Amino acid sequence: MTSPTSPTTTTHVIELAGVAKRYDSAGAPALGPLDLAVAQGEALAVTGPSGSGKSTLLNLVAGLDRPTEGTVTVDGRRIDRLSEHALARFRRERIGMVFQFFNLLDDLTVADNIQLPAQLTGTARRQAAARAGELMELLAIQKHARAYPGRLSGGERQRVAVARALVNRPALLLADEPTGALDTASGQDVRDLLVDLHRGGQTIVLVTHDLALAEACASRSIHLVDGHLALDTTVEAVR
Amino acid sequence: MSGFGTGALGRVVRSGVGRRRVQTVVIAVAVMMAVASAVVAGSLMVAADAPFDKAFARQNGAHLTAEYDPAKASTAQLEATGRVDGVTATAGPYPVTSIRPVDGGGGHLRPVTLAGRSAAHADVDDLELSLGRWAEKPGEIVLTTQVAGPAFQLGSTLRSSDAADAPTLTVVGIAVSAGRSADAWATPAQVTALASKDTPVTSQMLYRLDSADTGGQIAAARKKLTAAVPQGALLGTQSYLDTKRAADTSAAVTIPFLIAFGVLGIAMSLIIVGSVVSGAVGTSLRRIGILKAIGFTPREVVRAYVAQALIPAGAGIALGVVLGNLLAVPLLNDTEQVYGTASLTVAWWVDVVVVVAALLVVGIAALVPALRAGRLRTVEAIAVGRAPRTGRGQWAHRAAGRLPLPRAVTYGLAAPFAHPVRTAAMLLAVAFGTVAATFALGLTSSLTAVAEAGDPESRAAVTVFTGADGPTVTRGPAPAAGTAEPPAAPEPGTAEPPAAADPARVRAAVEAQPGTASYYGKTQADVTVGGVSGTARASLYEGDSRSGAYEMISGHWITGRGQVVVPSRFLEKTGTELGDTVRVTHQGRTQTLRIVGEAFDTSDDELEIHADLADFPAAAPGVFLVEVKPGVSATEYARELAAEIQPLGGDAHANSPSEQDGLLLIVQAMAALLTLMLVSVAGLGVLNSVVLDTRERVHDLGVCKALGMSPRQTVGLVLASVAGIGVLGGLVGVPAGFALHAYVLPVMGDAAGTDLPPSVLDVYDTPRLVLLGLAGLTIALLGALLPAGWAARARTATALRTE
Repeated sequence: MTSPTSPTTTTHVIELAGVAKRYDSAGAPALGPLDLAVAQGEALAVTGPSGSGKSTLLNLVAGLDRPTEGTVTVDGRRIDRLSEHALARFRRERIGMVFQFFNLLDDLTVADNIQLPAQLTGTARRQAAARAGELMELLAIQKHARAYPGRLSGGERQRVAVARALVNRPALLLADEPTGALDTASGQDVRDLLVDLHRGGQTIVLVTHDLALAEACASRSIHLVDGHLALDTTVEAVR
Repeated sequence: MSGFGTGALGRVVRSGVGRRRVQTVVIAVAVMMAVASAVVAGSLMVAADAPFDKAFARQNGAHLTAEYDPAKASTAQLEATGRVDGVTATAGPYPVTSIRPVDGGGGHLRPVTLAGRSAAHADVDDLELSLGRWAEKPGEIVLTTQVAGPAFQLGSTLRSSDAADAPTLTVVGIAVSAGRSADAWATPAQVTALASKDTPVTSQMLYRLDSADTGGQIAAARKKLTAAVPQGALLGTQSYLDTKRAADTSAAVTIPFLIAFGVLGIAMSLIIVGSVVSGAVGTSLRRIGILKAIGFTPREVVRAYVAQALIPAGAGIALGVVLGNLLAVPLLNDTEQVYGTASLTVAWWVDVVVVVAALLVVGIAALVPALRAGRLRTVEAIAVGRAPRTGRGQWAHRAAGRLPLPRAVTYGLAAPFAHPVRTAAMLLAVAFGTVAATFALGLTSSLTAVAEAGDPESRAAVTVFTGADGPTVTRGPAPAAGTAEPPAAPEPGTAEPPAAADPARVRAAVEAQPGTASYYGKTQADVTVGGVSGTARASLYEGDSRSGAYEMISGHWITGRGQVVVPSRFLEKTGTELGDTVRVTHQGRTQTLRIVGEAFDTSDDELEIHADLADFPAAAPGVFLVEVKPGVSATEYARELAAEIQPLGGDAHANSPSEQDGLLLIVQAMAALLTLMLVSVAGLGVLNSVVLDTRERVHDLGVCKALGMSPRQTVGLVLASVAGIGVLGGLVGVPAGFALHAYVLPVMGDAAGTDLPPSVLDVYDTPRLVLLGLAGLTIALLGALLPAGWAARARTATALRTE
């Protein structure tokens, strides 16, 4: 089951062609060579043991890192050749990111954290605040709007992180072990949130060790081993 | 300790130093600059301590310099004066004459006392060569630093006079005589050859006395010397007390300036070293937690971190001492010129004190946060690097977020409030840098104003000598204070006046000379002033003398008869005020003159008064001071006019720009160098703080970049994080620099024995103050530019992994 891509008739939000990443020019690649396509509205779970290249794949798709070989196209734009400035612009307009340890800025309030990516794009403050309010209501965290992240529970923090990731209505939501730092209840909470987002049509790439999470949230799952695609299945097949 | 012997500790220290190379380098460089500036500042402060006394003692300077008529006293008789009671050592006799050199551009220098000595070294007045070598053959001359100024270097040439057949002399050395026994030296044969009827050779003897603390003791020695030689043989003497007074006055002007810079330099060094080291240790708490978790005792942690701070700081201290000594060389050379001393070096104990103090500051600065880290519970220490911060500065983020500025900028603006101590240290560094820049700019502006105000006579393009009694032209030692030279004996070195001419005919020639733009007449006369013992010097002016007016501290320049302008010292000494009258007697005729102005006159310590020549019928202009029309060559003008008036007994010289005050150039150069150094140290302090801050915030910056913050926005964020500090530093530093200038300048004026006019004190205008205010911002931004670039270039993925 190494079928590399989804059907070509669908619109692909992510297209990786012959992508490889080496950190050491003499050693084996940390990832690839790899071909991968993710369709719009698809929720892809990326699983694999530690060091299998999951985070590297996520970094390449997010434009946080550049491939040593191959091309990376996201939302119709080839991003492996973009300048740092253009990558930053692309990222803030088209990609939302959720991290395992939330990566909220401790000295900003919940509302300010959520508004930050919108403000970086130059969105007017009132508009950014309105969008943040909308998301806080959607994610049931509006009561924490003026609180600082340090006072929130793990689940609440991750909800804030998801709200922040969605504030610019990104084409692609990348989630790196989003429940990895949460207790069971909070993990369930976040899992439900991601399922809702996927149902709403949000394209998601989810990196996780948690097969249950992958099963619950993803419509497709790939399994990486030593940087190579070992398995590519729809979740229905897994089930 | 059993599990972690020195080997384990050593490895921890080495890895701590090696892993954070950028921070290690920044600590070393910041400490190096701070220590270098402390060495320079300390050296200058030491040099400013009694410079004349030290140089005079080192050179075994002459307590009494005497000139004898060689026709009346033989060499043997002069040598025998060394056995006079109270004389402990002698040098001489040396032949002495006076020359009025002409520089390469045809400009005339002031008259120069030229002594003939076959070697620099002597039992008394053991000269120090600061440059070059001693004159060995005819055609060679050694100048004092004061005469050489900026115009004459080794190899420069000058002619001994403007006579067609005057020999050319090559400058082969620059020497220093603390006791100022002469202005220049050549071989004895050269001096004899340069003598003329008007400037005959006299014999100079230099004496050390067993008691020379007071004028009375000097006068007593002089009496004994007078008695030891044939009557009339002793032409004049110069007491070292007069030289000391003049030298101390000159040096005193610069002492407050050097001390101000010294204190600034040392204070800033302490702040920078302290903040750099404590910041470096304070940001390593997580690593300290890990060390404790694996079994390091608190004491070992403290030792490891103090050692870790000492390694780069120690390297910085070592390099800083070397750099400080190197930087001090040109500054001490400048100081030598200001003080008229030689061989100023960095005192060894300055190096030692700076090293010990720096090590202490580094040790304490490292110890305090290391002790705090050592006392932290292990779990807390580990959590410090990862747990949400304490909440400091959150209010600032809330407030900054409301500003109508880009979010990256407002985020940066609030950043300093998270680390109040680090911010305070950075603020102090910027403020000190701004104080230095403000003070230096004010000082150089003031000194420029002093130079422009001083010696107005030298501002004229051409000096025309009428041949009548003119300004006293002295050479050689002045008579000792309190000594009564018989009137019959001319002062040594006083030029015989040339054949008397008719000033009216010279004036007519000046008026008729094409190229004359304006002129005024001037003469100087000895007068007596009611209430003042002894004589005073009067400068008397004819015609419109506004171009030769002194800067006025109060009142106005003389505008007609019956008026007198006096220096501050005169008012102080006589207890008079503006509007009072004084009785001035010249050649038996007494005039009552009203004091209409207080002049800014730093020329010497005499009580010189300025009045209208018309009030003194017995006086005639000795010189006419001429401004030439634009485009007219002063040298050519003087040559043509001289040809007209020499048959009348007059003469004309173009004034040499080389006679401009070298002190101004030196002090300006010193101020510029010291300011550059202090501003660099301030910038390094900022650099270090921003490096620490950037390193500490690298994860947050990574998050921002992952969310889409562009490199330009990242640079904007980091620069904004210091912008507020820069602005505040400017707002604090400019008034403090202004106040320092306002405090130091009058102290310098007091040392020079004068009040200061507004043109010297009020040197800051609004645009200049605004620009200086921006200096703080510039220092801060320059210091932050490098780490801002690093932050922008840092790989986001790596930053996100950073704990």
